[in-house]
Parts: sequence; structure tokens; C-alpha cells
Amino acid sequence: MTLAILALYLVLVLLVGAQSHRFLRSTGEGYFVADRSIGPFVLLMTLFGTHMTSFALLGASAESYRVGIGVFSLMASSSALVVPVVFFFVGTRVWALGKEHGFLTQVEYFRERFQSEALGIVLFVVLVTLLVPYLLIGILGGGITLNEITGGDIPQWVGALVVSVVVVAYVSYGGMRGTAWVNTFQTLVFMILGGVTVAVVLDRMGGLGVAMARLATEQPELLIRGEVFGRIELFTYTFIPLSVGMFPHIFSHWLSAKSAGTFRAPIIFYPLCIAVVWVPSVLLGALGNLDFPGLQGPAANSILVRMIDLHAPELLSGLLAAGVLAAIMSSLDSQSLALGAMFTQDILQRYVYGGKMEEVAKVRAGRIFIAAVIAATFLLSLVARSSIFGLAVWSFTGFAALFPIVVAALYWRRASAAGALSAVFTVVALWIFFFSRGWGSPGYTVADSGVMPVAVMFLVSTVVLIGVSLVTAPPEEARLARFFPQAPRSSGR
Amino acid sequence: MRRLLYLGLFVLYLAHNDWWLWQDARLLLGLPVGLTYHLLYCFVVIGAMALLVRFAWPAQFSAAESGGAGAPRSEGVSDGGGSP
Repeated sequence: MTLAILALYLVLVLLVGAQSHRFLRSTGEGYFVADRSIGPFVLLMTLFGTHMTSFALLGASAESYRVGIGVFSLMASSSALVVPVVFFFVGTRVWALGKEHGFLTQVEYFRERFQSEALGIVLFVVLVTLLVPYLLIGILGGGITLNEITGGDIPQWVGALVVSVVVVAYVSYGGMRGTAWVNTFQTLVFMILGGVTVAVVLDRMGGLGVAMARLATEQPELLIRGEVFGRIELFTYTFIPLSVGMFPHIFSHWLSAKSAGTFRAPIIFYPLCIAVVWVPSVLLGALGNLDFPGLQGPAANSILVRMIDLHAPELLSGLLAAGVLAAIMSSLDSQSLALGAMFTQDILQRYVYGGKMEEVAKVRAGRIFIAAVIAATFLLSLVARSSIFGLAVWSFTGFAALFPIVVAALYWRRASAAGALSAVFTVVALWIFFFSRGWGSPGYTVADSGVMPVAVMFLVSTVVLIGVSLVTAPPEEARLARFFPQAPRSSGR
Repeated sequence: MRRLLYLGLFVLYLAHNDWWLWQDARLLLGLPVGLTYHLLYCFVVIGAMALLVRFAWPAQFSAAESGGAGAPRSEGVSDGGGSP
């Protein structure tokens, strides 16, 4: 049953991707940003699906199993506020500039805004370096999860291979439009999964009231934050969702919007999507302590799988497998497409073809690079250790610490290339410093103060960006006129 | 109105830190009060975002959408209304 549902799901994914191909124009703009034609509902679904990984299903329930309901405040409701605010203040502006100047990638925007080839190259290297572990986590996670859900019927490497092949197929065939359409379908799948699962499991446990009363009696510590994480940690964790403003794949989706007004739906309804996916995961994780008390270490990671096996093994196992795949693939596709766009537009087109690459050649190069990236990541997943899952928060930390650069680029005329470059190097240096201290120490905070490294990195990179910009030459007025067309004010706003 | 909404966002940011519920294990609406608070928080954010796009939407985007006079060629960005 599980395998049948899984197979049906993958066929549907490929069909949706194939349908989008009819609308594909073989140009860079058509392939990488869907001719900037994506509407509000698809933009909401694809942004949310891209941002959420399988962690929202499996990781959230596992964390809630270990530490209780506080996980929601730490990881979910912080995003519910920060992410739509970033869409409002950054996403809409990025979209408008992309449309005005024809940008297809994030690097292109920064290079042109700051008039700096060096910044473009450095950012390309840093963004790709931060993104690759994220890709690897997706493919590795897909293999591990399918193996667990099917009780070992699907070997880990086969699961990873299936995920890789399906993603390559619809991304390379359908480009951004295929990715957005498939993401919409996949996001609906994993949103529905959470609701159905929690309804079925709670029904089998005698209802929400009965289940919660039992939990309050048997393990009341799971209903509070207690000493699991500190108040300062909750406060500084809100810096992590700022990473959404620097993810190359989110940037690509912003550029694909039909108009600025298209952003209204994602801005308003993003928090609702967060609640729909995270509340069931967190509840099921905490309630898992009633049915499976005492799971230690990695065993707790599969609490959602165990709960479904216990309460509704047939239908829900298949749905869970599809939901987890949906969450994984909806991130993996956008990430690989963004990498393909950056490689084609920012490296090949600019430095190999001297800016004169034919449109059809761009699409071909993008397809080849996407396939190559996924293939390389799949091969890496065969030798990677599961400890790499700890890299996720470090990847987010790096992106979040780069966030001041996009804010300065959009809102501060005086921000200079030297300032932006200095901020990037500062983030790299601090990332290496904190990573060397915190890797292997879950829950690491700066000097055990409760302050997340991301907060320090964010603040220091902001100070460096401002300080270096103020002591170096300002951007040329002609350049600024292109990016601040209606703002002939004095610099240093 | 715009400044008021920005102030509201800041208040929401602070309100995310529900330190006063840290050790509170009571149930509210069937859920632990710490979870209920943050679930309701999500809905308050939805309301705030609706107000933001209604009353603080950048003027140049509105003009372009309505096709009114003075609309930029392609809804191009400016640092007019809406900057933080």
C-alpha cells in the first residue's frame, strides 16, 4: 500500500511537471524565472514549499518529542512574523528591480547594484558553499526516511536515487514554471498530511482533551519551555528566519512573480501555512511520549513514523511517505534550479561567453548544470554521514548573517561595494570561528550565554558594512539613479 | 498609519518572547497555553500583514497596478513609501 501510494505520488509529480512544459519559452528568462508570470496562489505555495524542508514534518516532531511544545515558539512562530516581513520589505523590491533590469539571479543584482565583479564572484562562491550542504541534507534525508517508512523495503541509496531522478526530470524539463507548479502540488500534499494525521491519531487516542490531560499528568514538563532552551535563545533565534532574505532559491521565486501585488497573498497567508504544518508536527511529537516513552538519540527522529505505524499504518504510511518526499523535493528542486541559474548567468554567460550567450544555450547549460549538481550531490550522499544534518542550522546561520547586505543594497544609497565585500568576509570568518567551536555541540550558544551565533554574526556584519561603507568611496550617482530612481536625496539615509 | 503599523510590527516582535508563560503548564483551548499563545500569535500576524499590505503598500506599486498616472514603466522600485 505504501509503495503504491508513493509510486502514484511520483507519477503525479512528473505529470504536473510535464504539463508545465507546454508553456516553456526556451529563453533564460522563461526557464529560470518563468517569464515573471507566477500568480499569487502558486507564489505562496511555492515560496512556502521551498522554504520548508522535511524538518517541518520529521524534525519538528522529533524535537517536540524530546523537548516539548516550546519548539513551536522557537522555530515556527518566529518565522511566521519574520518571513512575511522580509517578503514585504525585501521581496517586493527585489522583484521590481529584477523586472526593471532583467535580473535572473541574486548575484546579478548585487554585482550590478554595487558595481563590483569581485563581490559577484565572492558571493557566488559563498552562496553555493552554503547551499550545497542543504542539498545534501535533502537527498540523504529522502533516502533515510523512505527506508524507515517502508520498513527497509526501499534501501537508503534507492530512495535517494529516486528523489534525485524525479527532481532532475521535472526541473530540467519544466524550469521555474514546472518547479513552481510541482511545488504547489507538493506543498498542498504535505499540508494536508499534517492535518489528516493529527486528526486520525487524536481520534485514536480518545480526542485532544483526553490526550492532553494524559500528557499533563504523565509528562507535564513537555507542556512548558522549562530549562530546555533559554529566554535569550528564544529572542536571538528570531535572527535565523532572516536567512530567507538571502537564499538564492527564494530570490529566484521572488523574481518569478507576475507583479508586486502578487506578493500580497504570500505576505498575508504565510503565517497560516506555518501553523497548518507545524502545529500537527509539534503535537504529534509531544504526544508520542505517551505511546513510545523513553526513546533516546536517533530513535526519537522517527517518532512520527512510529505514531503512524501504531495508529493508522496503511493509508497514512503512504501519505506520510508522499508528504516527506513532497517537503524534500519542493526545496531540492528550487535550490538546484537557483544553482543552475547562477552558474549559467553569473559564470558561463559572463566569463565564458563574454555576455553574448544565446538564449537557447542558456537553457541547455542550465539543464546540464542542474543534472550535474544533483548527480554530484547524490554521489556525495552515498558517503556522507548522518551527522551532516546538524549542518542545516549552520547553513541558515550563514545566510541570515548575510541579510544586512540585501537591506543595505535596497535601502541605503551610501552602502558601498567595499562595505558589502567586507561584510561577506566578516560573515565567512565568524562562521568558521563559531562552527569550529559549535560543531558537534547541539544547542551551542556563544560562551554558554544563550545567545545564538547568528545574532553576533548579524550584528558584527552590520557594523562592518556600515563602517566600511562610510570610510570608502560612495557608489557613483549614475549607478544609484538606476537603483533608486525616484530618490534624489542626499546619501546616508 | 504607516508608522503606526511599523510600530505594531516591532511590538509583535517583542510579543513573540512570551517569557511570562515560560513555566505555565495550564491548558487553554485544549492545548498547552504556550502553544495556544503562539498559535494565536500566528493569526494576529496574519491580521497585521493584511493591514500592512492594505495601508502601507508602497505607493509606486499601487500606482502601477491601477495603471494610474505616474506609474513607473514596470512598477520599478523606489525608496518612497514603505521603507522601514
